Amino acid sequence: MLEQHLAVLPIILPLIAAPLALILGRSIFSWGFATLVSGLAFLLSWQLLAAALSDGVLSYAVGGWAPPWGIELRVDAANAFVLLAVTAISTLVLVYSKHSIEKEVKAANHSLFYTAHLLCLAGLSGILITGDAFNLFVFLEISSLATYTLVSLASDRRCLTAAFRYLVMGTIGATFILIGVGLLYMKTGTLNMLDLAERIDLYDSSRTINTGLAFIMVGVSIKLALFPLHMWLPPAYTHAPSAVTAFLASTATKVAVYVMIRFIFTVFGIDHVFVDMGMGLILMALAVVAIFKCSYMATVQSNVKTVLAYSSVAQIGYLVLGLSLVSVSGLMASMIHIFNHALMKGALFMAVGAVFYRVGSVDIKDFAGLGRKMPLTMAAFTIAGLSIIGVPLTVGFVSKWYLVIAALEQDQWLVAALVLVGSLFAVIYIGRIIEAAYFQKLPESRSSENIKEVSWLMLVPMWVLVIANIYFGIDTSLTTEAANSASEWLFQTNSMLENKVMEGEVLEGHAIEEKAQEVSS
Amino acid sequence: MAEFIDLVLLAMLALTALRIIFLKDLFAVVMLFGIYSFLSALIFLNLDAVDVAFTEASVGAGISTVLMLVTLAITGRKEKQSTHSSLLPLFVVLVTGAALIYGTLDMPPFGHPDNPVHQHVAPRYIEESPKEVGLPNMVTSVLASYRGFDTLGETVVVFSAVIGVLSLLGVRRKKKKDLESGLESHRVLHVVAKIIIPLVILFALYVQFHGDFGPGGGFQAGVIAAAAFILYALILGLPKAFAVVGPRFLQWMAAAGVLLYASVGLYSMYMGGHFLDYNQLATDPVAGQHYGIIIIELGVGVTVFAVMLNIFYAFGSQAERSNVQ
Repeated sequence: MLEQHLAVLPIILPLIAAPLALILGRSIFSWGFATLVSGLAFLLSWQLLAAALSDGVLSYAVGGWAPPWGIELRVDAANAFVLLAVTAISTLVLVYSKHSIEKEVKAANHSLFYTAHLLCLAGLSGILITGDAFNLFVFLEISSLATYTLVSLASDRRCLTAAFRYLVMGTIGATFILIGVGLLYMKTGTLNMLDLAERIDLYDSSRTINTGLAFIMVGVSIKLALFPLHMWLPPAYTHAPSAVTAFLASTATKVAVYVMIRFIFTVFGIDHVFVDMGMGLILMALAVVAIFKCSYMATVQSNVKTVLAYSSVAQIGYLVLGLSLVSVSGLMASMIHIFNHALMKGALFMAVGAVFYRVGSVDIKDFAGLGRKMPLTMAAFTIAGLSIIGVPLTVGFVSKWYLVIAALEQDQWLVAALVLVGSLFAVIYIGRIIEAAYFQKLPESRSSENIKEVSWLMLVPMWVLVIANIYFGIDTSLTTEAANSASEWLFQTNSMLENKVMEGEVLEGHAIEEKAQEVSS
Repeated sequence: MAEFIDLVLLAMLALTALRIIFLKDLFAVVMLFGIYSFLSALIFLNLDAVDVAFTEASVGAGISTVLMLVTLAITGRKEKQSTHSSLLPLFVVLVTGAALIYGTLDMPPFGHPDNPVHQHVAPRYIEESPKEVGLPNMVTSVLASYRGFDTLGETVVVFSAVIGVLSLLGVRRKKKKDLESGLESHRVLHVVAKIIIPLVILFALYVQFHGDFGPGGGFQAGVIAAAAFILYALILGLPKAFAVVGPRFLQWMAAAGVLLYASVGLYSMYMGGHFLDYNQLATDPVAGQHYGIIIIELGVGVTVFAVMLNIFYAFGSQAERSNVQ
């Protein structure tokens, strides 16, 4: 029974748990319940990845209706891999959030917080697993609404403006995606992604399809905060509760990157997007600018959360750069970095949240002397920071390594060099914080305050991520195997479909188009 | 003739939109939004999309207008002068509009039976759904059965909305009991409300259970029922409305609706089918579909009702507080 329903369970488990968490009401109950559910979802997604790696693809027809008439859930190596990262981070963040939330969110809102977190998890899982373009939009709405709520829950009033800004931008993004899906439906008459892919290939030069592609790409770019559509991200990450920032920074934008990959590689096809529409160059240019502009912005901020937020936008640049190289190794670099960046940013934001818990502020000057007062937290921050820079033996190095290799494979020397120069910025912005923590003295005014290490409930999830940063930096077999089969799978389905169309298996579509042209003329 | 009507309606729609942009009085803007929704409902009606028209009228023109008006009670009526330059937004809007026009230039001929939309998945819905699902209203068959997972998602979206509103505003119970609230001295309104409210609730129930046969269903019914309670709260005051259905109870109801919907899915899994496979609910698949759709529509109705009313409570209690101060 479990195996039969493996694909649908990671979505409906948190979906059903969310209203239950609201009914539970008491903070401690809803915390325990949410953590348990998220942990179960993690175990399920582990199974799902194992199944996807061995069997290739799992298809699940919701309601028993075969696709394209009903909604299909479709699990392959690509989305199972991202789902594993999302559920793992969610579980760790939930463990971490108990104390962090007690400090940063009003007590009356605690059960609402855990409900919103579960809704967000359900939405993200739904986006990842679904094989239906409109269903993806529905889950995008769930996760987005939950995200705005989570951001607005901080006790700092500035989070409200940040959440509002995020809401406006996010809604525009979602509307663009909806318009795009609508245009595709108008031209193809289907919403199932695979079916869409087959039928889109019949109308390569259609303006309607191309406009649909443009709307979807812009909408997804807003969601993943691709430069220059990233303006909502730094304030939202700065003013949200620390646990929320840790969760969103390592999952929400990654899921949006996955959506972009899915639309480019599965639905529209590489030839259409990169050859006919020439989007590769646009994406690559934006990615490079994002890496430089936002890495630079990160070096001049004084709030550590803002520093890390800008760093996130820069890292998104790396992700998009990888996929804009249009090769198996480039895509693989992106897939690995989705996973690795979740590990790094999760650990970093958790450490910053721990500092906020004790010090009550996250300005760089308040980090002075914390290396002695909070040794474990700052050690975690340092290791995760080294990982962002890309020091060997950390996951950051693995990511950069594959990205540079992918660039060199295509003789893109300049891109490879730019990636390495980008890392130098990371040295500066991480270095400033570490310098403050270890080489500056605790100010006199603070020495009387009782600043000590945070509780193990916050330290354990943080250190799990830090150890994962090192473990997957040394033993890369799991990440590279999953990422490699994911990207090979994405390329393979793409070429499979093209062959199918060439052989003329889907001729009925042609007939329809011809008829339609007759009518219009 | 139909084209002429469309053209007139679309022109009115454009005029309304333009007026909305330039008006500074937010109360008038809300009213125009209501008109805008009614015009869109008429266009949908002209396209023979009766279900969509009904939803647009009840949600767009009905409940959202009420919710926006309550918001105005908190925030004030006049739009503040914007300090931003509007050149960049104008540019973005122009580019988006141009892209949309460009995209529709070679769209399939409007309303033609040979269009992909009518040729690919739709024939199965039209030809088979009376046999497979057994409902005369195909729109309900598609929404509740073929794409029931989407509708579950939409119900959860509505649920997420109330989570957001509650976390921001919360529903405050008033402390001073003797405070004048509602429109208690208006005798005429009282009498009219007493006549209208039972009829509205009856109509909501009709819409709820008639969705299988004609336009209607949980979304519209929930909204209409919430409107009846909102009318009650407006005229008799929030405390009296709280005595009928309290905010805490509504929170439970909103959760219960989602759970009711999902439990149908879990039960069908327990019976050996896929999630939300209503065929498993009874020995006769068509009867099973019928049971499934009635229950999930009820879940949708309960959640939508509870969420809409609770959002009104949250705004309303905030507005009363700011009026007192």
